[in-house]
Amino acid sequence: MKTTIRRKFLTAGAALAVIAGFDLAAQPAAAEYPEKPISYIIPFGPGGESDITARLQQPFFKDKFGVDTVISYKPGGGGAVGWAELNSLKGDGYTIMGVNLPHIVLQPQQKDVGYQTDDITMLYWFHYTPDAIVVTDDSEFKTIQDLIKYAKANPGKLTFSGSGKGTSPHLAQVTFDKLAGVKTTYVPFKGTGASVTALMGKQVTAAMAFTTVAANYEKTRLLAVAMEKRHPRFPDVPTFREVGLDIVSGAYRGIAVPKSTPEPIRAKLTKMISDINHDPAFQKKMIDGGFAVVDYAYGKSEQDFMKKMKVDATAAAKAAGMLK
Amino acid sequence: MAGLEHLLGALTPLNLLFALFGVVAGTVIGAIPGLTATMAVAVLVPLTFAMPTASALILMGAIYTGAIYGGAYSAILLNTPGTPSAIATTFDGYPLAKKGNGDYAITVACLASVVGGMIGALALLTLAPPLSRVALAFGPVEYFWLAIFGLSLIAALAEGSLLKGMAGGALGLILSCIGVAEVSADVRLTFGSHTMLSGIQIVAALIGLYCVPVLIDLVATPDHHLKIEKGSGGYRLGEAIAYLWRDKINAVRSSVIGTIVGILPGAGGSIASLVAYSEARRTAKKGQVYGKGEPGGVVASESANNATVGGGFIPTLVLGIPGTPPDAVILGALLVQGVRTGPSLFTQQGEVVYTFIWGLILATILMLPTGLLIGRYAYRTIITLPKALLVPAIAFMTIIGGYAIRNNISDVVIMIVLGGIGWVLGRFGFTASPIVLGLILGPIAEAGFVQAWTIGGATDDRFAMFFGRPISIAIIVFTLFTLLSPFYLARMKKLKERAHAD
Repeated sequence: MKTTIRRKFLTAGAALAVIAGFDLAAQPAAAEYPEKPISYIIPFGPGGESDITARLQQPFFKDKFGVDTVISYKPGGGGAVGWAELNSLKGDGYTIMGVNLPHIVLQPQQKDVGYQTDDITMLYWFHYTPDAIVVTDDSEFKTIQDLIKYAKANPGKLTFSGSGKGTSPHLAQVTFDKLAGVKTTYVPFKGTGASVTALMGKQVTAAMAFTTVAANYEKTRLLAVAMEKRHPRFPDVPTFREVGLDIVSGAYRGIAVPKSTPEPIRAKLTKMISDINHDPAFQKKMIDGGFAVVDYAYGKSEQDFMKKMKVDATAAAKAAGMLK
Repeated sequence: MAGLEHLLGALTPLNLLFALFGVVAGTVIGAIPGLTATMAVAVLVPLTFAMPTASALILMGAIYTGAIYGGAYSAILLNTPGTPSAIATTFDGYPLAKKGNGDYAITVACLASVVGGMIGALALLTLAPPLSRVALAFGPVEYFWLAIFGLSLIAALAEGSLLKGMAGGALGLILSCIGVAEVSADVRLTFGSHTMLSGIQIVAALIGLYCVPVLIDLVATPDHHLKIEKGSGGYRLGEAIAYLWRDKINAVRSSVIGTIVGILPGAGGSIASLVAYSEARRTAKKGQVYGKGEPGGVVASESANNATVGGGFIPTLVLGIPGTPPDAVILGALLVQGVRTGPSLFTQQGEVVYTFIWGLILATILMLPTGLLIGRYAYRTIITLPKALLVPAIAFMTIIGGYAIRNNISDVVIMIVLGGIGWVLGRFGFTASPIVLGLILGPIAEAGFVQAWTIGGATDDRFAMFFGRPISIAIIVFTLFTLLSPFYLARMKKLKERAHAD
């Protein structure tokens, strides 16, 4: 008799525990979120633009919301390894991942990489690094016109170092050639750092890189930036449009979550990223670093932006012969 | 000496504490196969946001230098490089341990690491701006030839059979092609598998090819893992100091090699220690038998890899170009702090820079007592643990290490598969090092070749691109020298013997 009661008691207790457990698992309490550190996965190695901007956000997550973010790296396949795995990760709001454009538009069209563009649940596009032509500060090319003149007179001789193939700098180089009516040679390197090292070592004539380069490396000079308006950090550098070339492009970076992340958590995370993005101190850090802050948040804003980017990036890649 | 006034700035109790903590934590992390210096530094970054810049740098520098040293423990005691930088340490370190001299090898490694770390740090302190030019002098074609030079070491390192060494190297090169190509973004040899898109991680290959065969052999044979001398497990410090003094030329030469290779952004600790090892072996004195347990091999590898720490900081701080992967993480942390690296860093923020460099020197010195203590503990643990505990403990660590590379279970699978292949190949006399060399050097050679070919094409003179640049020519000459000297030496020996016989 005694044992039966005890058993019943135990069973009831176990059932209660199970129910309670299920309850917690089924509805992550959005009200308390976040109550533990968030894992922020960068699908690239350390030291690149994706890493640095995540590092810039890190202290603001802590100061504004008291939440620690743990940045880890999952490099491989130009980011594809991380994105292919994104939806198999736990969708409880404690896993977020950095996402890049044009990568997620072009990769699935080029080859089978284990994910489709629409598989990725984007919360926010928070900045981009505008493409820019960079030379060393002692270069003979003082203006973008100087460079175009040289390229016209010497077809194929002008070499651009750039970060990888099928990337934003590569697309920008192809577009530049087409619009300026010149023929230049693109030399792919592993990442922006290696491409700038080649430039500073004078292995190449110029680098097709980002505005951030001029902010991070002292002995470099920007000739033109692929923005709609001039970059506030570099008011003397013209845009491509000012010299008659319609190039506005760059590498966009944002944050995504696993598909299973519930709506209330998505909304809360979006709000957090948005608050950071609107913080003047954060914006100043970004601009000082040569980045350009953008603001396409979860919902219509993000959807419209993606629709446009899909068309633009695909068209540019087709023009470059990277897509059929 | 430059910035001597900042020595006091480095000597605050807080900085001392950071240096001590960093070195100890780094040593332990580095000793675990799979946990690399890059990872150790990356985990620490958020902690450094609230610190003064110099202290943050000291903490990260200390953990980095400690991790590079810690890699020697598993290299010596388990034949498994704890970090890629310790590959060459296995060549003589493990044979030494096998013979019952593991305690001696660890003390030698500690001393050599301190010497290497000091020379690297002193170069950073006194010669950083001029030396940083080395980083820029190396273009794609120089990296191509450097990788070819590295591959030529297979000839020197191949024990017994040159042919088997070359076959192993070729296998490594093929393995390095798997996945999305670094510069061309082509997908190669994945056989439609998404897992293979990211290729084979070097750390997974290291653990698989080196450690798994050791584990299998441990289970397959009844002997003790390492021979135990009576009364072993001491420091044997006097003996080690005496050896290092006799071998001082090797130590200094290896440290200089380590410093210079550390400056090159496209190379790293693994290449530095391999080049230093092959130089030590090439210039071996009478009675030194490299590859069979010669402490000089440990001296060369360990002094070179710790010298890359100081060397790697040179382009990082002077040019903003990270010399090694951990430097890339540290650079990111500095950007968050609002510190822009570059030539003006030394003039405008000299206090931060010099306080940090002194802190790094301090951490290197602290490595001596802490390294000896932790080393003795590690050695005692390995020799006293019964096999039934040792094998599962190491197996557990390798799986954790394999997983920790990228939090990815597929790396663990790749590691185990490679381990099986490595064990079978080992039965037929193929060693792990040529395979790993091929894996590390393949992408460097390929990227360098493609880039040099493209640039050479643009200037219409590919021949001058590949064979007309002074640094390239020097590397080519060195390569030929390394390749041909074993044949030459063997021939001379034969001639001598014949002369004797007559």
